[in-house]
Amino acid sequence: MTTEKTVLMDSEGIKRALTRIAHEILERNKGVADIVLIGIRSGGVYLADGIAQQISVIEGGSVLVGAVDITLYRDDCSGQLPHHPVGKTDIPFSLEAKKVILVDDVLYTGRTIRAAMDAMMDFGRPQSIQLAVLIDRGHRELPIRADFVGRNVPTSLKENVQVVFDGSYQPIEVVLEK
Amino acid sequence: MADFKHKHIIALRDLSKEDIELLISTAENMREINSRDIKKVPTLRGKTIINLFYEASTRTRTSFEIAGKRLSADTVNITTASSSTTKGETLADTALNLLAMKPDIIVMRHSVSGSHYFLANKINCSIINAGDGAHEHPSQGLLDMLTMKDRFGRLDGLKVAIVGDITHSRVARSNIQGLTKLGSSVFLAGPPTMMPPGVEKLGDVTVCASMNEALQDADVVMMLRIQQERQGKTLMPNTREYSRYFGLNPNNIKLAKPNAIVMHPGPINRGVEMSSSMVDGDRSWILKQVENGVAVRMSMLYHVCGGELE
Repeated sequence: MTTEKTVLMDSEGIKRALTRIAHEILERNKGVADIVLIGIRSGGVYLADGIAQQISVIEGGSVLVGAVDITLYRDDCSGQLPHHPVGKTDIPFSLEAKKVILVDDVLYTGRTIRAAMDAMMDFGRPQSIQLAVLIDRGHRELPIRADFVGRNVPTSLKENVQVVFDGSYQPIEVVLEK
Repeated sequence: MADFKHKHIIALRDLSKEDIELLISTAENMREINSRDIKKVPTLRGKTIINLFYEASTRTRTSFEIAGKRLSADTVNITTASSSTTKGETLADTALNLLAMKPDIIVMRHSVSGSHYFLANKINCSIINAGDGAHEHPSQGLLDMLTMKDRFGRLDGLKVAIVGDITHSRVARSNIQGLTKLGSSVFLAGPPTMMPPGVEKLGDVTVCASMNEALQDADVVMMLRIQQERQGKTLMPNTREYSRYFGLNPNNIKLAKPNAIVMHPGPINRGVEMSSSMVDGDRSWILKQVENGVAVRMSMLYHVCGGELE
């Protein structure tokens, strides 16, 4: 069986989407004050860097960027499946009273976001948590929605959506595999 | 990275290079939890861990207990002084009784080498070896390797000197098994009465004629404790003579590389295997070893919970 690939977004399209998300984040939060971006490993981390860059181009100054690995907060750890490798969580600042923008590449069931929100609470009490994703492919299993979306893509459960990065962690394209 | 497929961790001899690398890398990434304000993740919620210690221990038992708690498991400690063992219960009976309480992991220290393999055949929960006789002490071996990796960024190509009572040392055995799998060269020195025959067959291991030979250009100097509880009086004349030939001091450390580190699994007999100035000196990474112990044990508990029945 061959997999059929469709390119949903190219690198220019991704860049424009991240730029728009950066604008929307600034508009919603009335500037950069108290904003921190937390990328979810691994794709979200690179996209968070991209959004942070755009924010500093638009507003000047820089925003804090961290990374969270949600493996230890997963809801499927109790089974007898081999446990996933644990990545590094890197949040070298307090989230107390911050406006946390979680960044992920593809929003699907919502379980990753639930885990990431639990992790955020262990780093202080954020003033708010907002969610930015490049792709929302639907099929939520939890009551979670994104505040900032690059593109909504209706998919079937058999399909797979992937954001592809190059060797220097720059997004190249978004592909839909059937 | 390959999946970790072991249900038990009894000896580093049983693990592959990839298994050991995964355990160390998970520990590196879990270390961050120990510096948070809230030092707890929900990963092993609802799991029960029994720490069953038939021998005295401060560091290892405390460290396993903290590791379990930081992963949200429930941990119970049993030490033999306060258990039914003093009333004559056998190891197998104790284990079957504990098993009736449905633990997920038993962490055990026992004076008999191989007792964990005996137990693993009888019960169906995970078993982690916290030291068995003169066989292995895998968590210590792993935390030692993590500490060396912290200092040098790699294990491949390191020259590691291990000095002392090799025969009775489970720490030495676990380090030899792990280090040689990951590409380090191990040089052993100690009194001939404390050097197990055939140890050089375990891999890239050299038995040195003197301590100076082992120290020469070493990256890591690991001193072992003289285990006075495990040996008769026949193996060495007295501690002063031992210290003269196999003690680490500010003079002989100069033979090692300028950036070499000094390690010791503890507890230390100050003035016997190491002078106090070496224990507290700049080169000493002994407390870093203890710190890494918690992260390494978290990694072991995490991975055996996802392991398959063997």
